[in-house]
Amino acid sequence: MTHAFQARLDQLYKAESRRVLATLIRLLGDFDLAEEALHEAFAAALAQWPKDGIPGNPRAWLVSTGRFKAIDQLRRKARFDVSYEDVAERLEAELATEEEEEHGIEDDRLRLIFTCCHPSLAPEAQLALTLREVCGLTTEEIASAFLIPTPTLAQRIVRAKAKIRDARIPYQVPEANQLPQRLQSVLHAIYLIFNEGYSASAGDNLIRHDLAAEAIRLAHLLCKLLPEPEAEGLLALLLLQDSRRAARVSADGDLILLEQQDRALWDQQQINEGANLVLRALASRRFGPYTLQAAIAAIHAEAASVETTDWPQIVGLYDALLELTPSPVIELNRAVAVAMRDGPEQGLLLIDALLARGALTDYHLSHAARADLYRRLGQKDEARAAYQRALALAQQGPEQRFLARRLAELDAG
Amino acid sequence: MKYLALVYYDEKIMNRLSQQEWDSLNQECMACVARLSDGGHYITGSPLLPTSTATTVRVRDNRVTTTDGPFAETKEQLAGFYMLEAKDLDEAIALAGKIPPARYGSVEVRPARELMEKGNQAGGNATETAGESL
Repeated sequence: MTHAFQARLDQLYKAESRRVLATLIRLLGDFDLAEEALHEAFAAALAQWPKDGIPGNPRAWLVSTGRFKAIDQLRRKARFDVSYEDVAERLEAELATEEEEEHGIEDDRLRLIFTCCHPSLAPEAQLALTLREVCGLTTEEIASAFLIPTPTLAQRIVRAKAKIRDARIPYQVPEANQLPQRLQSVLHAIYLIFNEGYSASAGDNLIRHDLAAEAIRLAHLLCKLLPEPEAEGLLALLLLQDSRRAARVSADGDLILLEQQDRALWDQQQINEGANLVLRALASRRFGPYTLQAAIAAIHAEAASVETTDWPQIVGLYDALLELTPSPVIELNRAVAVAMRDGPEQGLLLIDALLARGALTDYHLSHAARADLYRRLGQKDEARAAYQRALALAQQGPEQRFLARRLAELDAG
Repeated sequence: MKYLALVYYDEKIMNRLSQQEWDSLNQECMACVARLSDGGHYITGSPLLPTSTATTVRVRDNRVTTTDGPFAETKEQLAGFYMLEAKDLDEAIALAGKIPPARYGSVEVRPARELMEKGNQAGGNATETAGESL
Protein backbone atom coordinates (compact mmCIF):
# COMPACT_ATOMS: atom_id res chain seq x y z
CA MET A 1 0.00 0.00 0.00
CA THR A 2 1.36 3.39 -0.94
CA HIS A 3 1.69 6.34 1.38
CA ALA A 4 -0.63 8.31 -0.86
CA PHE A 5 -3.31 5.65 -0.52
CA GLN A 6 -2.91 5.52 3.26
CA ALA A 7 -3.16 9.28 3.44
CA ARG A 8 -6.30 9.26 1.28
CA LEU A 9 -7.88 6.60 3.49
CA ASP A 10 -7.01 8.54 6.66
CA GLN A 11 -8.54 11.61 5.13
CA LEU A 12 -11.68 9.69 4.16
CA TYR A 13 -11.96 8.29 7.67
CA LYS A 14 -11.71 11.74 9.14
CA ALA A 15 -14.21 13.24 6.74
CA GLU A 16 -16.71 10.42 6.53
CA SER A 17 -16.57 8.15 9.57
CA ARG A 18 -19.00 10.22 11.68
CA ARG A 19 -21.44 10.57 8.76
CA VAL A 20 -21.29 6.87 8.00
CA LEU A 21 -21.78 6.06 11.69
CA ALA A 22 -24.80 8.37 11.97
CA THR A 23 -26.46 6.65 9.01
CA LEU A 24 -25.57 3.16 10.21
CA ILE A 25 -27.16 3.89 13.60
CA ARG A 26 -30.39 4.79 11.83
CA LEU A 27 -30.28 1.76 9.54
CA LEU A 28 -29.26 -0.73 12.22
CA GLY A 29 -31.10 0.79 15.15
CA ASP A 30 -28.26 0.23 17.58
CA PHE A 31 -25.20 2.26 18.55
CA ASP A 32 -22.87 -0.64 19.34
CA LEU A 33 -23.81 -2.64 16.28
CA ALA A 34 -23.29 0.48 14.14
CA GLU A 35 -19.85 1.12 15.62
CA GLU A 36 -18.76 -2.44 14.94
CA ALA A 37 -20.15 -2.19 11.42
CA LEU A 38 -18.26 1.06 10.84
CA HIS A 39 -14.97 -0.55 11.83
CA GLU A 40 -15.64 -3.59 9.70
CA ALA A 41 -16.50 -1.40 6.73
CA PHE A 42 -13.21 0.48 7.00
CA ALA A 43 -11.33 -2.78 7.50
CA ALA A 44 -12.94 -4.06 4.29
CA ALA A 45 -11.97 -0.85 2.50
CA LEU A 46 -8.38 -1.32 3.64
CA ALA A 47 -8.40 -4.83 2.16
CA GLN A 48 -10.24 -4.16 -1.11
CA TRP A 49 -9.53 -0.62 -2.22
CA PRO A 50 -5.80 -1.09 -2.87
CA LYS A 51 -6.73 -3.80 -5.43
CA ASP A 52 -10.01 -2.47 -6.81
CA GLY A 53 -9.44 1.24 -6.42
CA ILE A 54 -11.44 3.69 -4.34
CA PRO A 55 -15.14 3.57 -5.35
CA GLY A 56 -16.79 6.61 -6.92
CA ASN A 57 -18.92 7.21 -3.86
CA PRO A 58 -16.88 5.99 -0.91
CA ARG A 59 -19.48 7.03 1.66
CA ALA A 60 -22.28 5.00 0.04
CA TRP A 61 -19.90 2.05 -0.31
CA LEU A 62 -18.99 2.24 3.39
CA VAL A 63 -22.62 2.48 4.50
CA SER A 64 -23.70 -0.44 2.37
CA THR A 65 -20.68 -2.57 3.35
CA GLY A 66 -21.21 -1.76 7.03
CA ARG A 67 -24.82 -2.78 6.74
CA PHE A 68 -23.99 -6.14 5.15
CA LYS A 69 -21.31 -6.76 7.77
CA ALA A 70 -23.82 -6.05 10.54
CA ILE A 71 -26.30 -8.53 9.07
CA ASP A 72 -23.52 -11.15 8.88
CA GLN A 73 -22.66 -10.42 12.48
CA LEU A 74 -26.27 -10.86 13.60
CA ARG A 75 -26.52 -14.14 11.67
CA ARG A 76 -23.43 -15.42 13.50
CA LYS A 77 -24.94 -14.40 16.84
CA ALA A 78 -28.26 -16.05 15.86
CA ARG A 79 -26.52 -19.43 15.97
CA PHE A 80 -26.32 -19.01 19.74
CA ASP A 81 -29.38 -16.86 20.33
CA VAL A 82 -32.31 -17.17 17.94
CA SER A 83 -33.69 -13.76 18.91
CA TYR A 84 -31.04 -12.19 16.64
CA GLU A 85 -32.49 -14.02 13.66
CA ASP A 86 -35.61 -11.80 13.55
CA VAL A 87 -33.52 -8.66 13.62
CA ALA A 88 -31.22 -9.93 10.87
CA GLU A 89 -34.22 -10.82 8.74
CA ARG A 90 -35.86 -7.47 9.28
CA LEU A 91 -32.67 -5.64 8.31
CA GLU A 92 -32.31 -7.75 5.22
CA ALA A 93 -35.90 -7.11 4.21
CA GLU A 94 -35.40 -3.38 4.63
CA LEU A 95 -32.28 -3.62 2.55
CA ALA A 96 -34.23 -5.13 -0.33
CA THR A 97 -37.02 -2.57 -0.32
CA GLU A 98 -35.13 0.60 0.36
CA GLU A 99 -33.14 2.74 -2.02
CA GLU A 100 -30.02 4.19 -0.51
CA GLU A 101 -31.01 7.77 0.02
CA GLU A 102 -28.09 10.12 -0.31
CA HIS A 103 -30.01 13.24 0.64
CA GLY A 104 -30.88 12.00 4.14
CA ILE A 105 -27.28 11.76 5.22
CA GLU A 106 -27.01 15.22 6.81
CA ASP A 107 -30.30 14.56 8.64
CA ASP A 108 -28.68 11.52 10.17
CA ARG A 109 -25.93 13.66 11.67
CA LEU A 110 -28.56 15.92 13.18
CA ARG A 111 -30.47 12.90 14.51
CA LEU A 112 -27.27 11.72 16.15
CA ILE A 113 -26.67 15.08 17.82
CA PHE A 114 -30.22 15.29 19.16
CA THR A 115 -30.12 11.71 20.42
CA CYS A 116 -26.77 12.15 22.20
CA CYS A 117 -28.06 15.37 23.83
CA HIS A 118 -31.47 13.96 24.76
CA PRO A 119 -32.60 15.66 27.97
CA SER A 120 -33.47 12.31 29.53
CA LEU A 121 -29.73 11.54 29.63
CA ALA A 122 -27.68 13.02 32.48
CA PRO A 123 -25.75 16.13 31.35
CA GLU A 124 -22.34 14.49 31.88
CA ALA A 125 -23.50 11.50 29.84
CA GLN A 126 -24.66 13.84 27.06
CA LEU A 127 -21.20 15.43 26.89
CA ALA A 128 -19.38 12.11 26.88
CA LEU A 129 -21.67 10.58 24.27
CA THR A 130 -21.56 13.63 22.01
CA LEU A 131 -17.76 13.76 22.06
CA ARG A 132 -17.56 10.02 21.45
CA GLU A 133 -20.21 9.57 18.74
CA VAL A 134 -20.47 12.95 17.03
CA CYS A 135 -16.86 14.11 17.34
CA GLY A 136 -15.23 10.69 17.19
CA LEU A 137 -12.96 11.20 20.21
CA THR A 138 -11.79 8.03 21.92
CA THR A 139 -12.95 7.15 25.42
CA GLU A 140 -9.38 7.71 26.68
CA GLU A 141 -9.19 11.15 25.09
CA ILE A 142 -12.49 12.23 26.64
CA ALA A 143 -11.58 10.85 30.06
CA SER A 144 -8.27 12.68 30.13
CA ALA A 145 -9.91 15.89 28.93
CA PHE A 146 -12.43 15.73 31.78
CA LEU A 147 -9.73 14.59 34.23
CA ILE A 148 -11.65 11.47 35.23
CA PRO A 149 -10.60 7.79 35.11
CA THR A 150 -11.23 6.04 31.79
CA PRO A 151 -13.37 3.25 33.32
CA THR A 152 -15.70 5.85 34.88
CA LEU A 153 -16.17 7.54 31.54
CA ALA A 154 -16.57 4.25 29.69
CA GLN A 155 -19.26 3.27 32.20
CA ARG A 156 -21.05 6.56 31.60
CA ILE A 157 -21.14 5.91 27.86
CA VAL A 158 -22.28 2.30 28.28
CA ARG A 159 -25.12 3.38 30.57
CA ALA A 160 -26.20 6.17 28.24
CA LYS A 161 -26.32 3.80 25.27
CA ALA A 162 -28.26 1.27 27.36
CA LYS A 163 -30.81 3.92 28.25
CA ILE A 164 -31.17 4.98 24.62
CA ARG A 165 -31.85 1.37 23.71
CA ASP A 166 -33.98 0.29 26.68
CA ALA A 167 -36.11 3.38 27.19
CA ARG A 168 -36.33 3.66 23.40
CA ILE A 169 -35.06 7.17 22.91
CA PRO A 170 -35.94 7.80 19.25
CA TYR A 171 -33.33 8.55 16.60
CA GLN A 172 -34.99 11.60 15.18
CA VAL A 173 -34.88 15.35 14.87
CA PRO A 174 -37.57 16.64 17.25
CA GLU A 175 -40.81 17.92 15.80
CA ALA A 176 -41.26 21.65 15.37
CA ASN A 177 -43.22 22.12 18.61
CA GLN A 178 -40.48 20.44 20.66
CA LEU A 179 -37.54 21.84 18.73
CA PRO A 180 -36.87 25.01 20.76
CA GLN A 181 -36.66 23.12 24.05
CA ARG A 182 -34.65 20.24 22.63
CA LEU A 183 -32.29 22.63 20.86
CA GLN A 184 -31.61 24.22 24.27
CA SER A 185 -30.38 20.87 25.50
CA VAL A 186 -27.99 20.53 22.54
CA LEU A 187 -26.73 24.10 22.88
CA HIS A 188 -26.20 23.64 26.61
CA ALA A 189 -24.15 20.48 26.03
CA ILE A 190 -21.94 22.27 23.49
CA TYR A 191 -21.56 25.22 25.87
CA LEU A 192 -20.53 22.91 28.73
CA ILE A 193 -17.95 21.19 26.53
CA PHE A 194 -16.51 24.59 25.63
CA ASN A 195 -16.45 25.76 29.25
CA GLU A 196 -14.76 22.58 30.37
CA GLY A 197 -11.95 23.40 27.96
CA TYR A 198 -11.97 27.17 28.39
CA SER A 199 -12.34 27.79 32.11
CA ALA A 200 -9.66 25.25 32.96
CA SER A 201 -7.22 26.61 30.38
CA ALA A 202 -4.56 27.42 32.89
CA GLY A 203 -1.91 26.80 30.27
CA ASP A 204 -0.97 23.49 31.86
CA ASN A 205 -3.34 21.20 30.04
CA LEU A 206 -3.35 21.27 26.27
CA ILE A 207 -5.95 18.52 25.89
CA ARG A 208 -8.48 20.68 27.64
CA HIS A 209 -7.83 23.39 25.04
CA ASP A 210 -8.92 20.82 22.49
CA LEU A 211 -12.32 20.60 24.14
CA ALA A 212 -12.90 24.29 23.39
CA ALA A 213 -11.91 23.70 19.76
CA GLU A 214 -14.14 20.63 19.62
CA ALA A 215 -17.10 22.62 20.95
CA ILE A 216 -16.53 25.28 18.28
CA ARG A 217 -16.43 22.58 15.59
CA LEU A 218 -19.68 21.14 16.95
CA ALA A 219 -21.36 24.54 16.96
CA HIS A 220 -20.22 25.10 13.35
CA LEU A 221 -21.66 21.73 12.38
CA LEU A 222 -24.94 22.45 14.14
CA CYS A 223 -25.28 25.84 12.43
CA LYS A 224 -24.69 24.18 9.07
CA LEU A 225 -27.28 21.48 9.72
CA LEU A 226 -29.82 23.63 11.56
CA PRO A 227 -29.26 27.36 11.04
CA GLU A 228 -31.36 28.55 13.99
CA PRO A 229 -30.56 32.06 15.35
CA GLU A 230 -29.77 30.83 18.85
CA ALA A 231 -27.39 28.18 17.48
CA GLU A 232 -25.60 30.97 15.62
CA GLY A 233 -25.68 33.02 18.82
CA LEU A 234 -23.94 30.21 20.67
CA LEU A 235 -21.31 29.79 17.95
CA ALA A 236 -20.71 33.57 18.09
CA LEU A 237 -20.32 33.44 21.87
CA LEU A 238 -17.79 30.61 21.69
CA LEU A 239 -15.78 32.30 18.93
CA LEU A 240 -15.71 35.63 20.76
CA GLN A 241 -14.65 34.07 24.06
CA ASP A 242 -12.07 31.91 22.34
CA SER A 243 -10.68 34.94 20.48
CA ARG A 244 -9.23 36.14 23.79
CA ARG A 245 -7.60 32.84 24.65
CA ALA A 246 -4.01 33.87 23.92
CA ALA A 247 -4.42 37.05 25.96
CA ARG A 248 -6.16 35.80 29.09
CA VAL A 249 -3.40 33.66 30.55
CA SER A 250 0.20 34.75 31.14
CA ALA A 251 3.24 32.63 30.29
CA ASP A 252 3.24 31.45 33.92
CA GLY A 253 -0.37 30.31 33.66
CA ASP A 254 -1.74 33.29 35.59
CA LEU A 255 -5.10 34.84 34.73
CA ILE A 256 -5.08 38.25 33.11
CA LEU A 257 -8.21 40.37 33.52
CA LEU A 258 -9.95 41.87 30.51
CA GLU A 259 -8.72 45.39 31.30
CA GLN A 260 -5.07 44.29 31.37
CA GLN A 261 -5.17 42.01 28.37
CA ASP A 262 -3.05 42.82 25.35
CA ARG A 263 -5.82 43.35 22.82
CA ALA A 264 -3.39 42.87 19.95
CA LEU A 265 -3.36 39.19 20.92
CA TRP A 266 -7.10 38.83 20.35
CA ASP A 267 -7.89 36.71 17.31
CA GLN A 268 -9.37 39.19 14.84
CA GLN A 269 -10.69 36.55 12.48
CA GLN A 270 -12.71 34.88 15.24
CA ILE A 271 -13.96 38.29 16.37
CA ASN A 272 -15.15 39.18 12.87
CA GLU A 273 -16.89 35.86 12.39
CA GLY A 274 -18.49 36.06 15.83
CA ALA A 275 -19.61 39.66 15.44
CA ASN A 276 -21.26 38.92 12.06
CA LEU A 277 -23.11 35.95 13.53
CA VAL A 278 -24.34 38.10 16.43
CA LEU A 279 -25.74 40.71 14.07
CA ARG A 280 -27.53 38.05 12.07
CA ALA A 281 -28.98 36.36 15.14
CA LEU A 282 -30.12 39.66 16.64
CA ALA A 283 -31.74 40.69 13.37
CA SER A 284 -33.81 37.49 13.38
CA ARG A 285 -35.65 38.66 16.51
CA ARG A 286 -35.85 35.00 17.55
CA PHE A 287 -32.68 35.00 19.59
CA GLY A 288 -32.16 33.86 23.18
CA PRO A 289 -29.65 34.15 26.03
CA TYR A 290 -26.62 32.86 24.09
CA THR A 291 -27.07 35.56 21.45
CA LEU A 292 -27.32 38.27 24.13
CA GLN A 293 -24.17 37.01 25.86
CA ALA A 294 -22.46 36.97 22.48
CA ALA A 295 -23.58 40.54 21.85
CA ILE A 296 -21.96 41.58 25.14
CA ALA A 297 -18.77 39.72 24.20
CA ALA A 298 -18.82 41.42 20.78
CA ILE A 299 -18.93 44.89 22.33
CA HIS A 300 -15.88 44.03 24.44
CA ALA A 301 -14.14 42.53 21.44
CA GLU A 302 -14.65 45.59 19.27
CA ALA A 303 -13.60 48.14 21.91
CA ALA A 304 -10.06 49.50 21.83
CA SER A 305 -9.85 49.66 25.63
CA VAL A 306 -11.88 49.27 28.80
CA GLU A 307 -12.37 53.05 28.97
CA THR A 308 -13.80 53.32 25.47
CA THR A 309 -16.09 50.30 25.86
CA ASP A 310 -19.77 51.05 25.32
CA TRP A 311 -20.84 50.31 28.92
CA PRO A 312 -24.38 51.75 28.61
CA GLN A 313 -25.10 49.27 25.84
CA ILE A 314 -23.61 46.42 27.87
CA VAL A 315 -25.86 47.31 30.83
CA GLY A 316 -28.85 47.33 28.46
CA LEU A 317 -27.94 43.88 27.13
CA TYR A 318 -27.63 42.55 30.69
CA ASP A 319 -31.09 43.96 31.40
CA ALA A 320 -32.48 42.03 28.42
CA LEU A 321 -30.59 38.90 29.48
CA LEU A 322 -31.98 39.12 33.03
CA GLU A 323 -35.48 39.32 31.61
CA LEU A 324 -34.94 36.09 29.65
CA THR A 325 -32.98 34.20 32.30
CA PRO A 326 -33.05 35.72 35.80
CA SER A 327 -29.86 34.71 37.63
CA PRO A 328 -27.79 36.24 40.43
CA VAL A 329 -24.57 35.66 38.44
CA ILE A 330 -25.93 37.80 35.60
CA GLU A 331 -26.98 40.42 38.18
CA LEU A 332 -23.40 40.44 39.46
CA ASN A 333 -22.03 40.97 35.94
CA ARG A 334 -24.56 43.71 35.38
CA ALA A 335 -23.45 45.37 38.64
CA VAL A 336 -19.86 45.44 37.39
CA ALA A 337 -21.01 47.00 34.11
CA VAL A 338 -23.05 49.59 36.05
CA ALA A 339 -19.92 50.40 38.07
CA MET A 340 -18.09 51.07 34.80
CA ARG A 341 -20.93 53.26 33.56
CA ASP A 342 -21.88 55.16 36.74
CA GLY A 343 -18.91 54.72 39.09
CA PRO A 344 -17.80 52.12 41.67
CA GLU A 345 -20.29 53.31 44.35
CA GLN A 346 -23.27 52.39 42.17
CA GLY A 347 -21.84 48.93 41.49
CA LEU A 348 -21.18 48.35 45.20
CA LEU A 349 -24.78 49.23 46.07
CA LEU A 350 -26.04 46.56 43.68
CA ILE A 351 -23.60 43.87 44.83
CA ASP A 352 -24.29 44.58 48.50
CA ALA A 353 -28.03 44.31 47.84
CA LEU A 354 -27.40 40.97 46.14
CA LEU A 355 -25.37 39.67 49.11
CA ALA A 356 -27.90 41.07 51.60
CA ARG A 357 -30.60 38.87 50.16
CA GLY A 358 -28.34 35.85 50.58
CA ALA A 359 -27.38 35.39 46.92
CA LEU A 360 -23.79 34.51 45.88
CA THR A 361 -22.45 34.91 49.43
CA ASP A 362 -20.12 31.91 48.92
CA TYR A 363 -19.19 32.81 45.35
CA HIS A 364 -15.60 34.07 45.19
CA LEU A 365 -16.27 36.37 42.25
CA SER A 366 -18.87 38.46 44.09
CA HIS A 367 -16.27 39.23 46.77
CA ALA A 368 -13.53 39.74 44.18
CA ALA A 369 -15.77 42.26 42.38
CA ARG A 370 -16.50 44.13 45.63
CA ALA A 371 -12.79 44.15 46.46
CA ASP A 372 -11.96 45.61 43.08
CA LEU A 373 -14.56 48.38 43.41
CA TYR A 374 -13.28 49.31 46.91
CA ARG A 375 -9.74 49.31 45.53
CA ARG A 376 -10.78 51.77 42.85
CA LEU A 377 -12.38 53.97 45.48
CA GLY A 378 -9.10 53.87 47.45
CA GLN A 379 -10.78 52.19 50.46
CA LYS A 380 -7.96 49.80 51.22
CA ASP A 381 -9.27 48.13 54.38
CA GLU A 382 -12.59 47.20 52.79
CA ALA A 383 -10.77 46.04 49.67
CA ARG A 384 -8.38 43.88 51.69
CA ALA A 385 -11.20 42.20 53.65
CA ALA A 386 -13.11 41.44 50.45
CA TYR A 387 -10.00 40.07 48.65
CA GLN A 388 -9.32 37.82 51.65
CA ARG A 389 -12.87 36.52 51.60
CA ALA A 390 -12.62 35.87 47.84
CA LEU A 391 -9.27 34.12 48.26
CA ALA A 392 -10.73 31.84 50.91
CA LEU A 393 -13.51 30.82 48.53
CA ALA A 394 -11.57 30.49 45.24
CA GLN A 395 -10.99 26.91 44.06
CA GLN A 396 -8.67 27.14 41.07
CA GLY A 397 -4.94 27.74 41.27
CA PRO A 398 -4.73 30.60 38.76
CA GLU A 399 -7.59 32.44 40.46
CA GLN A 400 -6.02 32.03 43.89
CA ARG A 401 -2.70 33.35 42.57
CA PHE A 402 -4.45 36.32 40.97
CA LEU A 403 -6.22 37.26 44.20
CA ALA A 404 -3.07 36.81 46.27
CA ARG A 405 -1.23 39.11 43.85
CA ARG A 406 -3.93 41.75 44.17
CA LEU A 407 -3.71 41.57 47.95
CA ALA A 408 0.06 42.01 47.84
CA GLU A 409 -0.26 45.00 45.47
CA LEU A 410 -2.75 46.57 47.85
CA ASP A 411 -0.34 46.34 50.77
CA ALA A 412 2.61 47.49 48.68
CA GLY A 413 0.81 50.50 47.21
CA MET B 1 -43.91 -0.16 23.94
CA LYS B 2 -45.39 0.15 27.43
CA TYR B 3 -44.36 2.97 29.74
CA LEU B 4 -45.49 3.43 33.32
CA ALA B 5 -46.04 7.06 34.30
CA LEU B 6 -45.76 7.38 38.07
CA VAL B 7 -47.36 10.54 39.39
CA TYR B 8 -45.77 12.10 42.47
CA TYR B 9 -46.70 15.19 44.40
CA ASP B 10 -46.27 16.69 47.86
CA GLU B 11 -49.40 15.61 49.73
CA LYS B 12 -49.06 18.59 52.08
CA ILE B 13 -49.41 20.98 49.14
CA MET B 14 -52.39 19.10 47.72
CA ASN B 15 -54.13 19.08 51.09
CA ARG B 16 -54.14 22.85 51.00
CA LEU B 17 -56.13 23.00 47.74
CA SER B 18 -59.71 24.24 48.04
CA GLN B 19 -62.57 21.85 47.34
CA GLN B 20 -63.17 23.65 44.07
CA GLU B 21 -59.50 23.38 42.98
CA TRP B 22 -59.44 19.71 43.91
CA ASP B 23 -62.69 19.01 42.02
CA SER B 24 -61.46 20.72 38.91
CA LEU B 25 -58.16 18.82 39.06
CA ASN B 26 -60.09 15.55 39.27
CA GLN B 27 -62.24 16.57 36.31
CA GLU B 28 -59.08 17.35 34.35
CA CYS B 29 -57.72 13.91 35.18
CA MET B 30 -60.91 12.26 33.92
CA ALA B 31 -60.65 14.24 30.69
CA CYS B 32 -56.99 13.24 30.44
CA VAL B 33 -57.88 9.54 30.71
CA ALA B 34 -60.60 9.97 28.06
CA ARG B 35 -58.14 11.71 25.73
CA LEU B 36 -55.45 9.05 26.25
CA SER B 37 -58.04 6.29 25.62
CA ASP B 38 -59.24 7.93 22.39
CA GLY B 39 -55.65 8.12 21.18
CA GLY B 40 -55.07 4.43 21.95
CA HIS B 41 -52.43 5.28 24.56
CA TYR B 42 -54.25 4.33 27.77
CA ILE B 43 -53.79 0.78 29.06
CA THR B 44 -54.73 1.24 32.70
CA GLY B 45 -54.18 3.51 35.64
CA SER B 46 -55.51 4.71 38.94
CA PRO B 47 -55.15 7.49 41.46
CA LEU B 48 -54.15 6.29 44.93
CA LEU B 49 -55.31 7.13 48.45
CA PRO B 50 -52.70 9.10 50.47
CA THR B 51 -49.53 7.48 51.87
CA SER B 52 -51.13 7.53 55.36
CA THR B 53 -53.12 4.50 54.15
CA ALA B 54 -50.01 2.61 52.94
CA THR B 55 -48.60 -0.58 54.41
CA THR B 56 -45.20 -1.94 53.43
CA VAL B 57 -44.81 -5.71 53.27
CA ARG B 58 -41.48 -7.58 53.30
CA VAL B 59 -40.61 -11.27 53.36
CA ARG B 60 -37.39 -12.23 55.16
CA ASP B 61 -36.52 -15.81 56.14
CA ASN B 62 -39.99 -16.84 55.00
CA ARG B 63 -41.54 -14.48 57.51
CA VAL B 64 -43.87 -11.72 56.39
CA THR B 65 -43.38 -8.44 58.20
CA THR B 66 -45.57 -5.40 57.75
CA THR B 67 -44.80 -1.80 58.61
CA ASP B 68 -46.86 1.33 58.54
CA GLY B 69 -46.42 3.78 55.69
CA PRO B 70 -44.57 3.84 52.36
CA PHE B 71 -41.14 2.18 52.12
CA ALA B 72 -39.31 5.49 52.33
CA GLU B 73 -40.12 9.01 53.39
CA THR B 74 -39.77 11.28 50.37
CA LYS B 75 -40.47 14.92 49.62
CA GLU B 76 -43.07 13.94 47.04
CA GLN B 77 -45.27 10.89 47.40
CA LEU B 78 -46.66 8.46 44.86
CA ALA B 79 -50.18 9.63 44.06
CA GLY B 80 -51.21 7.49 41.11
CA PHE B 81 -50.10 5.83 37.92
CA TYR B 82 -50.86 5.51 34.23
CA MET B 83 -49.79 2.55 32.11
CA LEU B 84 -49.30 4.04 28.66
CA GLU B 85 -48.70 2.71 25.18
CA ALA B 86 -46.23 4.86 23.24
CA LYS B 87 -44.01 4.30 20.22
CA ASP B 88 -40.90 5.73 21.90
CA LEU B 89 -39.69 7.78 24.86
CA ASP B 90 -40.40 11.12 23.17
CA GLU B 91 -44.05 10.17 22.70
CA ALA B 92 -44.24 8.86 26.29
CA ILE B 93 -42.74 12.14 27.58
CA ALA B 94 -45.23 14.16 25.53
CA LEU B 95 -48.14 12.12 26.96
CA ALA B 96 -46.81 12.33 30.51
CA GLY B 97 -46.44 16.09 30.19
CA LYS B 98 -50.21 16.34 29.76
CA ILE B 99 -51.02 14.51 33.02
CA PRO B 100 -52.65 17.30 35.07
CA PRO B 101 -50.89 16.86 38.45
CA ALA B 102 -47.52 17.24 36.66
CA ARG B 103 -48.17 20.96 37.31
CA TYR B 104 -47.85 20.37 41.07
CA GLY B 105 -45.38 17.51 41.38
CA SER B 106 -43.51 15.27 38.98
CA VAL B 107 -44.14 12.31 36.71
CA GLU B 108 -41.54 9.56 36.44
CA VAL B 109 -41.65 7.74 33.10
CA ARG B 110 -40.32 4.18 33.13
CA PRO B 111 -40.31 1.65 30.31
CA ALA B 112 -41.98 -1.61 31.33
CA ARG B 113 -40.22 -4.92 30.72
CA GLU B 114 -41.65 -8.26 29.76
CA LEU B 115 -41.54 -11.08 32.26
CA MET B 116 -39.93 -14.05 30.58
CA GLU B 117 -39.46 -17.55 31.93
CA LYS B 118 -35.81 -17.42 30.95
CA GLY B 119 -33.29 -14.94 29.67
CA ASN B 120 -34.18 -12.02 31.96
CA GLN B 121 -31.02 -10.21 32.94
CA ALA B 122 -30.34 -9.93 36.63
CA GLY B 123 -31.74 -6.75 38.13
CA GLY B 124 -34.30 -6.50 35.36
CA ASN B 125 -31.90 -4.91 32.90
CA ALA B 126 -33.08 -5.15 29.35
CA THR B 127 -31.63 -7.94 27.25
CA GLU B 128 -29.15 -6.78 24.69
CA THR B 129 -31.00 -7.53 21.53
CA ALA B 130 -29.71 -5.29 18.79
CA GLY B 131 -31.85 -3.33 16.44
CA GLU B 132 -34.98 -3.26 18.56
CA SER B 133 -34.65 0.12 20.08
CA LEU B 134 -34.48 2.88 17.55
